[in-house]
Amino acid sequence: MKTAPGLHIKTYIFILFMVFFAPLGNVLLSKGMKGIGSAKNWDLSEPLPVLMRILTSGYIWLGIACLLTFFVAYMLVLTWADYSYVQPASAFSYLVVAVLGLLLLGEKVNVLRWGGIAVICVGVFIVGRTHPRTTEKT
Amino acid sequence: MRELIFLSFIIGAGTGGELCVSRAMKSLGEVHDFRPVALLQFVSRAARVGWMWAGVGLMTVAFFSLLAMLSMENVSFVVPVTALSYAAGAAGASVFLRERISKQRWLGVLVVCIGVTLVWLSRR
Repeated sequence: MKTAPGLHIKTYIFILFMVFFAPLGNVLLSKGMKGIGSAKNWDLSEPLPVLMRILTSGYIWLGIACLLTFFVAYMLVLTWADYSYVQPASAFSYLVVAVLGLLLLGEKVNVLRWGGIAVICVGVFIVGRTHPRTTEKT
Repeated sequence: MRELIFLSFIIGAGTGGELCVSRAMKSLGEVHDFRPVALLQFVSRAARVGWMWAGVGLMTVAFFSLLAMLSMENVSFVVPVTALSYAAGAAGASVFLRERISKQRWLGVLVVCIGVTLVWLSRR
């Protein structure tokens, strides 16, 4: 992996994109789905009307666009940065999704949930610090 | 009850899909040439692998299950809970792909599971 300062800045920018766009995509999907109505009331024997409402929701398509932006940023950053460097950074997205849910959707996030999210971030960070390849190279 | 069904689809189908795609990608070999033409040829080869289509199908099921879950619960609950896929992924990779999972990775998975339990308890 190259160590030029420009490459570091580029890597940080792309990781920032990842950590922001994946949670934003999920928040937009959530906003869109709340407008469609709870799945508890869906008639699963007739999925077509629900599917049409999902596919005609602007928030859903914006959410998908954000998730695609995340995916492209993720793929691109992996072409020059190590997976073991990028993956732990993505742990922050669990925290960002709660912050965006609080700020954009007005969700109530209690102390226990904040604690759980912090523990998940630590766990994902530990997983990310392990070696990405566990099998013999063929 | 529907929450648990959709959650198990997100975790099960999502992880199963990723494992299928991973298996397909490993059968294709490592990518060294990142030129657009070479990448298109790679995608074309990938599209001829059955595991790839199985993976895409399962990931589609997982995506629509995520949408259903988001219609019922807050995003600050749903997304952290889906971190359970780290546990399913480690177990699946160990059994299905015969990868060796290090003690440190299992420790991370255990910590993730503790965090998910806390988030789950925060619903009440």
